[in-house]
Amino acid sequence: MELKEKLISSFMAFEERVDVNDSLHDIRINAMKNFENNGFPTKKEEAWKYTSLNSVLKNDFSVFPKNENSIQYSDVKKYYLHEIDTYKVVFVDGVFSSFLSSTTHDGIDVCLMASALTKPKYKMIIDTYFNQIAQKDDSLTSLNTAFAMEGAYINIPKNKVADKPIEIINFSTGTEAALLVQPRNLIIVGENSHVQIIERHQSLNSNPVLTNSVTEIFAAKRAIVDYYKIQNDTIEASLVDNTYIAQKQQSNVSVHTFSFGGNITRNNLNFYHQGEHIESTLKGITIIEGKQHVDHHTLVQHATPNCESHQNYKTILGDRSTGVFNGKIFVEKEAQKTDAFQQNNNILLSDKATINAKPQLEIFADDVKCSHGCTIGQLDETAMFYMQSRGIPKKEAKALLMYAFSNDVIQSIKIPELKARITKIIANKLGVNMGFDL
Amino acid sequence: MLKIENLHASIEDKEILKGINLEIKAGEVHAIMGPNGSGKSTLSAVIAGNETYTVTEGSVSLDGEDLADLAPEERAHKGVFLSFQYPVEIPGVSVTNFMKTAINENRKANGKEDMPANEMLKLIREKSELLEIDRKFLSRSLNEGFSGGEKKRNEIFQMAMLEPKIAILDETDSGLDIDALRIVANGVNKLKNENNAVLVITHYQRLLDYIIPDFVHVLYNGKIVKSGGKELAHELEERGYDWIKAEN
Repeated sequence: MELKEKLISSFMAFEERVDVNDSLHDIRINAMKNFENNGFPTKKEEAWKYTSLNSVLKNDFSVFPKNENSIQYSDVKKYYLHEIDTYKVVFVDGVFSSFLSSTTHDGIDVCLMASALTKPKYKMIIDTYFNQIAQKDDSLTSLNTAFAMEGAYINIPKNKVADKPIEIINFSTGTEAALLVQPRNLIIVGENSHVQIIERHQSLNSNPVLTNSVTEIFAAKRAIVDYYKIQNDTIEASLVDNTYIAQKQQSNVSVHTFSFGGNITRNNLNFYHQGEHIESTLKGITIIEGKQHVDHHTLVQHATPNCESHQNYKTILGDRSTGVFNGKIFVEKEAQKTDAFQQNNNILLSDKATINAKPQLEIFADDVKCSHGCTIGQLDETAMFYMQSRGIPKKEAKALLMYAFSNDVIQSIKIPELKARITKIIANKLGVNMGFDL
Repeated sequence: MLKIENLHASIEDKEILKGINLEIKAGEVHAIMGPNGSGKSTLSAVIAGNETYTVTEGSVSLDGEDLADLAPEERAHKGVFLSFQYPVEIPGVSVTNFMKTAINENRKANGKEDMPANEMLKLIREKSELLEIDRKFLSRSLNEGFSGGEKKRNEIFQMAMLEPKIAILDETDSGLDIDALRIVANGVNKLKNENNAVLVITHYQRLLDYIIPDFVHVLYNGKIVKSGGKELAHELEERGYDWIKAEN
């Protein structure tokens, strides 16, 4: 049975199982209808021209998460930011693991989507926020919405600074031959509040996994949200990450995406402005090789005046790997005095690596500052010789150049332990013991 | 110390060096002069091991060891240093961190432990004072946005840090004003001793007023066509290169 048919019949079974209120029920039904009509995206669609899921969709995925699989903390400790204390919302094969998690209801809510979707006390919040900014006509987002159940629910009330970072970690154990998981996260950050969140997807063996994740983030007036995505998964793990962010006036939201692993990774990162003097930051480092594929689709919807957005994406592609960067900046007529900046630099280490880069600016206001820059190049041979002539071996010289290339993005990580971690992942990836810190 | 015998080198099948012979002993300063396009920079690049050039015949050896099979970094570890005519900008890497990496890679290759941080700082302070380099300058990205003079001073600063056996200064005087020229030359002279040697490659005689050569060689059309003492440099300054061209 094809995956689409399997999902449609699974949905009927799912609907019978869940006891949900009417409004949610309608949302699910409509979402499923949209998925049924559109199916999985194909290369015929402009937005998916360079990314094909066909090879992944051939797997016979298990759709429903089984009961909790037991894994030991010691097995997975290295995937946590264990150097510091954090709140943790951990899922194993799509099922919440209370054993590995550390949630809270003390002043802030760091807990489960499943509770928020089913318990009456959250009904008002769910009605107000759930599926409000997720793209209703996007078929993979719809598929996630139809099955939405497990995920992180984070609610920081106004005037609160979350006392420690929050980690959302999705492990897959490989007990299923092939697994489809669909985490659904809802993050609400109140006025003047501040939170730092780290999201990671990690397979623990080589069985294929497809993650179709949807995250909605609402930043109220003057809220500050720093979100970090670590995508350093095994070679059989594919990820479609759909993140939707709505910002109110004077809020400041940054998303850093570190794509170092996985099979096919697709990031759809969307910012919507709903007030003045908003700041949005989108940054990413992609370092891949082999036949890996990473696709960044970004959208910043400037709908209001006096807002800023900054984008900076660095890509290093080795072997036959392929990268896509499609950065769309949309400036509506009302959005005067917009300051939008987009930078995308790419290095191809091999003749067989490919990057498809497409800056896309649509500007309908007449008093704005919008700029974009895109470069594609190779590692500078003269710079290599220069460093070698000073005694730095070729491999280290190459690593130093690649590290320097991505350094300005690394420097903007606000959690020191995370910065150290990312540096270490890069050093491991480049096969050097980096004796330098930049 | 450095011995070049019948060296032929080419780039993309075009022969640039056509049989160079040169021996530099410890404690000596040699200058190679010559008109543009005579092969001066090619010679320095080939000694340092730039793989863009192919050595088709002959050899370069250091203390009796043939350098042919050694990568540029291995030559550096053995004491070869090349000051670039056009130092490369490396955004994102500070002068200090670059220097730390270079020093420790050299130590590692020679079987030594990393230099302790306080010792490194002391050395950096000492050598930067020698080249009259501002401390702020050391935390800037390597060569990025440096003036011509700053780049060259930074090259000699690196030379001072690495203490090579043989330092090749490729057109170090180009882009220098008279003050920077004096600082750079002074730095080189202070580093000079009986155990190391310097090869100055230059188009003009100017630098040789400050770094006094023991021998001057004229390179023309890929060959050394004339050798002499420091007076040869003055003669070239007065008469230009045309008479050399005419004789050859």
